[in-house]
Amino acid sequence: MADLLNPTLGNAPYDVMRVRQDFPILTRLVHEKKGRAGKPLIYLDNGASAQKPRAVIDAMSHLLENDYANVHRGVHFLSQRSTDLYEATRDKVAAFLNAPSRENIVFTRNATEAFNLLANSWGGRFLSAGDAVVISWMEHHANIVPWQLLRDRIGINIKVVPVLDDGSLDMDAYEAMLTPEVKLVSITHASNVLGTVNPAARIARLAHAKGILVAFDGSQAAVHQPVDVQAIDADFYIFTGHKLYGPTGIGVFYGRKELLDKMPPWQGGGDMISTVSFENTTYREAPYRFEAGTPAIVEGVGLGAAIDYVSTLGMSAIQAHEQRLLAYATHRLSEVEGLRIIGTAPDKAAIISFTMDGIHPHDIGTLLDRGGVAVRVGRHCAEPLMDRFGVGATARASFGLYNTEAEVDALVDAVQACKAFFG
Amino acid sequence: MFDDLRDLYQEVILDHGKNPRNFGKPAAFNRTARGDNPMCGDKIAIYLTVGDDGTIQDLHFDGRGCAISQASASLMTEILRGKSMKEAEALFGYFHDMCTKDEDDQGDHGTLDEDATDKLAVMSGVREFPMRVKCATLAWHTMNAALHGEATTSTENASF
Ligand SMILES: Cc1ncc(COP(=O)(O)O)c(C=O)c1O
Repeated sequence: MADLLNPTLGNAPYDVMRVRQDFPILTRLVHEKKGRAGKPLIYLDNGASAQKPRAVIDAMSHLLENDYANVHRGVHFLSQRSTDLYEATRDKVAAFLNAPSRENIVFTRNATEAFNLLANSWGGRFLSAGDAVVISWMEHHANIVPWQLLRDRIGINIKVVPVLDDGSLDMDAYEAMLTPEVKLVSITHASNVLGTVNPAARIARLAHAKGILVAFDGSQAAVHQPVDVQAIDADFYIFTGHKLYGPTGIGVFYGRKELLDKMPPWQGGGDMISTVSFENTTYREAPYRFEAGTPAIVEGVGLGAAIDYVSTLGMSAIQAHEQRLLAYATHRLSEVEGLRIIGTAPDKAAIISFTMDGIHPHDIGTLLDRGGVAVRVGRHCAEPLMDRFGVGATARASFGLYNTEAEVDALVDAVQACKAFFG
Repeated sequence: MFDDLRDLYQEVILDHGKNPRNFGKPAAFNRTARGDNPMCGDKIAIYLTVGDDGTIQDLHFDGRGCAISQASASLMTEILRGKSMKEAEALFGYFHDMCTKDEDDQGDHGTLDEDATDKLAVMSGVREFPMRVKCATLAWHTMNAALHGEATTSTENASF
């Protein structure tokens, strides 16, 4: 299918210059001012959100111009069209994750909402005081705070797997933590700060051996590499659309069907019910039971187009390209004196956090930005991890499928200029 | 590459950023507050010695942050020593306006010590960098919280 869509691709080498033409924003200049030419945009903030290919932009405007109506409710022509297009994304997501069925796929607003769904619906029903959830030191706040809210409400415990100095998960500590009160392991598949890719299959195997369920935060992993939820044997898997070159406002919650079927609704309203009376309301089957109200129709269609897009390029090809960039960038940045890379695990996604002697990340960010280089600086919604590495903040370059070695060079030049500026 | 950044990072700022004055927790003080900018990870503490007559006799700061936040804190400690609480508040109002508003929209903050306003002028470049305004004002918000006996302040719940 992928090859039919793009017959030129075949086994041809990954042509990043060709790929860049698919992203309108990459041709713009930044910091243009009267009498001063702008700088080409070098977008290395993909970990925060990725840019959108023309295919995604077009799919969304095409829907709005031709096929838009509310979904799941009308008998009229457009409602059916809209429903078909929106629901097609469920199949695409299922294929993208190699889920057994479209019924494993629940749409949410983003990854954050998916974690709140997990904690409220599954956690609220199946956890009670004294039970424990295992998370890790490298979690995004999205996989910390919902558990804390649940802890405050029903008295669960949260256990935190430590991170080794190179940014790997401490697997020995993890294994030792899987005690009888643990009911769920909820861990990131890849760290948004360190880039570490955690051994998901092994994490799941160890947990399952003790009868413990596993949820993965795929927000960073699913954009950098192929994901197969059955191969890693995930019970739950979560990611967010806007980092996968799709629009904001749509996220994905994958759950094993027998688990979803036992989970109660967590938000009530239209679309999620079968029958409503004032005495008694019955709910639809999963996944619809978890989707209350009019969904993000346009964004859902946009996510479908994004998945088509990355699937046509091939997640393995994207991964190979990004791994080359990661190796090159790691090598070039390591040569900069006084620059420290935080996170040097053997298995990494294309994310590099760093600090520089005597220069605060926030200043690095402002200077790089003037060179046209967009990076993220700060705590990256992972404050405990910052404390773990004894840094208040880091600068982070996160690469995407359209970045090039020349952009890595530009990053390194800007970093050198930054050093000279503060020298 | 960074020519127009000289407006933001003036020499004085780079100097204060690298060699902050009145840095470190003093042995004695009678008011203190901690300030936090959760967006970028800046953390600061201000230590004040306020006399019975309401004069700021001494002030120090410590913490970590970017060059802008460190320089702003350092400059502030130089400027406010010997000022009354009233003068400190007026200068805070003046500084806040300077960092956030065009010249025409800045309020009237009464007669201010010209030495102080001259010194503060080096920070006016942040106005062109909206993302950096909180860096410049964090120390002042924290000082203000300490003056008024609040223990902590955050850029995310004050109207910066
Ligand atoms: C690892 C990880 N988890 C969760 C999230 C939250 O994503 P969203 O804000 O789209 O819910 C992010 C994005 O910042 C992330 O990097």
